[in-house]
Amino acid sequence: MIEPIFLLEAVINGILLGGVLALLALGLNLIFGVIDIVWIAYVDLVALCMYGVYFLVTLYGFPLWLAGIASIGLGALLGLAVHQLIITPILASPPINQLLATGGLLFFIQSFATLLWSTDHRSVRVTLPTIELGGIFISFTRLIAFVLAILAMIALYFFLTRTFTGTAIRAVSQDREAIALMGARPQRLYLVTSAVGGAMAGVAGALLIMQYAVHPYFGGAFGPLTFMICVLGGLGNMVGAFFAAFIMAQVISLGGVLVSTEMGYVIAFVIFIVLIFVRPGGIFARRA
Amino acid sequence: MLELHGVTAGYGAFTALWDVGLTVSAGEAVAVVGPNGAGKTTLLRAISGLIAPREGRVTFEGVELAGHPAYDIVAHGVAHVPEGRRLFPQLTVAENLKMGAYLPAARAHYHESLERVYTLFPVLADRRVQRAGSLSGGEQQMLALGRALMSRPKLILLDEPSMGLAPVMVLRLFDLIRRVREEGYTILVVEQNVRQVLKIVDRAYLLEVGRVKMEGRAADLAGQDFVRKAYVGL
Amino acid sequence: MGRRAVWSVVLLAVALVPALPLGVAQEYIWHVVIQIFLWSFVGNAWALMGRFGLVSLGHGAFLGVGAYATVLLWNFFGLTPWAGAAIAVLLTVLLALVVAYPCSRFQVVGHYFGLVTLAVGEVIRLLIVAERDWTGGSLGVSLKTAGTASGLWTLQFADKRVYYYIGMAVWLFGLWVWWRVDRSMTRAAMEAIGEDETAAASVGIHITRFKMGITALSAALTALGGALLALYVAYANPDTLAGIGVSLRIVFAVVLGGMYSLLGPSVGTALTIALSEYLRIYFGIKLIGIAETIYGLTLILFIIFLPSGIWGSLTGAWRRRAAAGPSRPAAA
Repeated sequence: MIEPIFLLEAVINGILLGGVLALLALGLNLIFGVIDIVWIAYVDLVALCMYGVYFLVTLYGFPLWLAGIASIGLGALLGLAVHQLIITPILASPPINQLLATGGLLFFIQSFATLLWSTDHRSVRVTLPTIELGGIFISFTRLIAFVLAILAMIALYFFLTRTFTGTAIRAVSQDREAIALMGARPQRLYLVTSAVGGAMAGVAGALLIMQYAVHPYFGGAFGPLTFMICVLGGLGNMVGAFFAAFIMAQVISLGGVLVSTEMGYVIAFVIFIVLIFVRPGGIFARRA
Repeated sequence: MLELHGVTAGYGAFTALWDVGLTVSAGEAVAVVGPNGAGKTTLLRAISGLIAPREGRVTFEGVELAGHPAYDIVAHGVAHVPEGRRLFPQLTVAENLKMGAYLPAARAHYHESLERVYTLFPVLADRRVQRAGSLSGGEQQMLALGRALMSRPKLILLDEPSMGLAPVMVLRLFDLIRRVREEGYTILVVEQNVRQVLKIVDRAYLLEVGRVKMEGRAADLAGQDFVRKAYVGL
Repeated sequence: MGRRAVWSVVLLAVALVPALPLGVAQEYIWHVVIQIFLWSFVGNAWALMGRFGLVSLGHGAFLGVGAYATVLLWNFFGLTPWAGAAIAVLLTVLLALVVAYPCSRFQVVGHYFGLVTLAVGEVIRLLIVAERDWTGGSLGVSLKTAGTASGLWTLQFADKRVYYYIGMAVWLFGLWVWWRVDRSMTRAAMEAIGEDETAAASVGIHITRFKMGITALSAALTALGGALLALYVAYANPDTLAGIGVSLRIVFAVVLGGMYSLLGPSVGTALTIALSEYLRIYFGIKLIGIAETIYGLTLILFIIFLPSGIWGSLTGAWRRRAAAGPSRPAAA
């Protein structure tokens, strides 16, 4: 039998992992909830931001925190670019075309990255201590990433609830015509949404490069997981995605300790498929 | 204040309005009545910019509005309370009202407008953190009206405000509309409830099958056949 | 009449390719054409679902199960691929039904469906990698050579030309299936479902049954394709035969050619494989990833500007020209 102390460590690591996964899921969900298009290539945009931070730190000697801020800006720019160039032309197309367009983007980013930077794994050296609490070892890096992720989500929450633009973004997903009658331009709100979603990707990128190495197929590792979390929480449901992220992170973490790292993911995916059939709209289904 | 000349409008191949003309002077309350499918809703949508007229002119305070998008027209001072209210169901009462003041000019006076709305509709003040979707029909209509007031309009377009409301609520609603009118707003209201609406407006137009069939002072029209026959079955 | 003649000539030409003296490169050319046959077959199978709005982003799952089941049954139990592939197809259909039933019942469509299939694809890939003890993990697994037992029973042939004709037969079979579905009630029913599910249900179209039927058919054919591909290259790898990468590549090829026409998937597949081979020859090992980069870019551009694909747009234009009648002289 596994010692309880390892289980506890797994639970804690699961929570820390959940924080970053939740950040990823929220960014994706924000865009889907408002614009009704799933960015299949979302995690690949995160990977691009990871590369950005990597190069800023290793080639230009940026301190990590500054590179992180630049990453947010890069993410926002990428979000804007994707929306303007790819999303806007296909807003009225059938869902299959929309899925394929962003799928094509995934292809493009992954192979372009291979072309430019080869398949080498690149990581940013972060020398931070490992904390020990009564026999449990916690990586300080992970802890910081978790805290920053939570802060970012809180910032997003305030943006969406306290500001005019943020509230308008929530409104446009509920009634496009009505918000136009209030003087807001739906197209512009979509653009802002994409920029914010991209900025979230930038934050996630900065936090992830601290813990993982980046390579062109990074999106293949975290992408399906993020989609799964979003669907489980109910596509478009921010609160749902938040909790789903932590649930899935726990499954992965505990599964990893109890069976094996890979099986942890397999179990998570299988649970996902089962849950989808039990509650097709997601655990916290709100949208049809 | 508002002038329509020869407005023809519709959806796709279907034309809902033919050569419609009407005027609303500042401070007036005007009604457009008529049976189902007469084109009354289309008329308001053509004014507020949700659809663009195919022909004709829509002039507001001398400015030509036809063809402008909705978010532009509201900036000129025309607020539209749409058919079915069209509130944001997941947003709270307070958030819905906040959205009403989205325009920069309205935002500058946000708190002042909010106070005014809460004074006019105390019920909304009580329910300010409640989700709009969970309000009763009458409360929703008040919220929709309050939301329009938040944009500090000069002209308010009301589309079928009494729709779906219990008779008691209808009376209360028209009373509120009269009070809003007394605050100085110009009103153009589209209604199926002919009897009630004629009591609170100065003039009215009768719209049938997309054309203006009759027009006159409310008092004169009240005695007409069509009112007695009552187009609406309440 | 004219059409049948054209078809016959083309098929004859294709069938005769192995007999032509193509010089040193002939084995290579056969190899490329075999790939085109088999991947077109898979693309065709995908299009059976795709054209009715069931966009699967996880067909790699069916490919993977088909391939691995066949290879592993042979490697570990010496089971002839005839039976092995049959079992593989059965397993895949089971998987497809398990996934399709709730999706159809609960109206999981559009984005949701795409993401669920994506997850299924990933599960299979992860499983393959996780169970590395007998699947070989990410390094893949080689088909045990039959040695002297090569031949029809073991479906291993020294002569590529046999694979050529098998590939061609299978490809034609896939086209036939597509054609039959196109003509049948199923097509009308599925289109009705695509337009308005509720209305379709109200006239008695059994939504769930149709959706599941199409999904099972598509999965079965894809599994067969996966099995044959693994048998041909004598190797299976989770990244080339499972996962989101290959799933997207299939979709891309079909979209490029045109999802709604009979030959669309084949044209698209032929183009992508030809492009990929050309780039490999031209750039060698120098620019890894250039082919895919161009794919991705092209996919995006096609979706935006030419959603019915190359073949689809061409046939659409021809059809319109034919319907317009003889051209009038240009106006003065």
